Amino acid sequence: MVKEKKTMNLNFGPQHPAAHGVLRLILELDGELVEKVDPHIGLLHRGTEKLIEHKTYAQALPYFDRLDYVAPMNQEHAFALATEKLLDIQIPIRAQYLRVIFCEIGRILSHLLNITTQALDVGALTPSLWGFEERETLMTFYERASGSRLHANYFRTGGVHQDVPNNLLVDIGKFCETFPKIIDDLENLLTDNRIFKQRNVQIGIVTKEEALAHSFSGVMLRGSGVAWDLRKSQPYECYKDLDFKVPVGKNGDCYDRYLCRVEEMRESVKIIKQCLKKIPTGPIKTVDGKISPPTRDQLKESMEALIHHFKLFTEGYRVPEGKVYTAVEAPKGEFGVYLISDGSSKPYRCKIRAPGFSHLQAMDYLLKGHMLADVPAVLGSLDIVFGEVDR
Amino acid sequence: MNLTDLNKLINSELTTKIKNTNIENNELSIDVKVENLYQVILFLKTDENCKFKQLIDIAAADYPDEEYRFEICYLFLSHENNLRIKIIITFNLDEKIPSITKLYPSANWMEREVFDMYGIKFKNHPDLRRILTDYGFDGHPLRKDFPLTGFKEVRYSEKDKKVIYEKVKLEQDYRKFDFDSPWEGTKYIDEIKNKGKQDG
Repeated sequence: MVKEKKTMNLNFGPQHPAAHGVLRLILELDGELVEKVDPHIGLLHRGTEKLIEHKTYAQALPYFDRLDYVAPMNQEHAFALATEKLLDIQIPIRAQYLRVIFCEIGRILSHLLNITTQALDVGALTPSLWGFEERETLMTFYERASGSRLHANYFRTGGVHQDVPNNLLVDIGKFCETFPKIIDDLENLLTDNRIFKQRNVQIGIVTKEEALAHSFSGVMLRGSGVAWDLRKSQPYECYKDLDFKVPVGKNGDCYDRYLCRVEEMRESVKIIKQCLKKIPTGPIKTVDGKISPPTRDQLKESMEALIHHFKLFTEGYRVPEGKVYTAVEAPKGEFGVYLISDGSSKPYRCKIRAPGFSHLQAMDYLLKGHMLADVPAVLGSLDIVFGEVDR
Repeated sequence: MNLTDLNKLINSELTTKIKNTNIENNELSIDVKVENLYQVILFLKTDENCKFKQLIDIAAADYPDEEYRFEICYLFLSHENNLRIKIIITFNLDEKIPSITKLYPSANWMEREVFDMYGIKFKNHPDLRRILTDYGFDGHPLRKDFPLTGFKEVRYSEKDKKVIYEKVKLEQDYRKFDFDSPWEGTKYIDEIKNKGKQDG
């Protein structure tokens, strides 16, 4: 008698602790083997792109904090660079260094969350407790610079909003001394851990060619052995003056991606240390009064400053006509902004290229033939945050 | 190879298939007719010197007052040459755009998103469903004639004991102020600077 093949449909999510947000997966299972995955996304869709079309450039910027809310400033960076490209302005050196410092802090924030929650997904609780303590410290740095732990709105067109307060850079330097020890501790827990390896080695393998075809970027690409990092290959800000390595994986499985992330955190610490050494004093935003608003002091004394202030916070600055695409190496991969300006003070169209969107799309390809229990492991190593996937 | 070389190469190899090319803000963009789109992209992907193996994104835009209402921009990246390129097509709604999912599997969701947001249809797409909007959503939100507030709002009805959809009711309409004034913008500062240099 021939046994008839039966598949079962399983609904994973939309509320599931391992879904890292609101993801609904329709899984087609043959016993415990996954045959097909159909991710349903958009449950966190807020219409960011539409909202941005109705706001001035300065008002549009905070929406980027809310995309990948794990590393908010990296997103702001892409939009600030896009407007700066259209306006054709250079930002002061100190602002560049401040941006790089906070971007790298964002990278550590994101990788800490990803590594520890991935460990949580496959059964290890302790790393997340240790990692979140460090994230809290890092978010205090965000708060001291911008006034807010998460939604910073710190990178503005033409520089950053304010200079950092006294001692913040010193404290960041102190953190850089102690943090590598924490990475070692995390690695002690995970890297050679038998269970962690059993759950991650040889799981969710991506070949070089497939990684390119599926528009992977960031760690997903580097884990498969493609040495590609926008900070190196298309350097922006002061990255070309900094010395850092790009960790590359070999096998393209979940475990290699984990190792890449750990190494990237170490490199980030190195970058921050170099920045702290090299950062000059000076202005932190462009001195062009038509783009960056005047200080409170100036408002009291200068009529022109008052007019600028009024115009900047009502009409906003106008951006010359054009279409540009700028991308930054966000912790999750290439985060890009395709900006169309019609010469007014509001973007005509702002397309956001989120790395997670392409990564999640490859779920079907990644999971075919895997066991049901591997779904959370693969999902965890994709580093998905729904704020940016759904936009 | 740099951007100008690439521009020359494309102009000589694809003369009949492209409308024009230009380099602005250090980015190369190529205007293509819809019927030649597939051929051009195939060339860019497979040609020995181009090797645009990665599709970065597909971005549409709506220009209600133009002759051709919609525009789609395909963004490609070549790792070998470290170059980016933009392919731009303009068309009207009655036209169907050839899907490039066969060339780039990642185009699948990107085209679904364009379909969802603008109602643009793709030929030979394996699975053209809505992707970001709600189940049973009506309309295409990123079109310029779609209001920011939308048409429907959702709430939990205590009476019906379920989530219901209602027409949007707002206490106050979305306000749009007319701030536009003849303010010169940044150009004017440059002019003053240059003037000072000339005089000095």
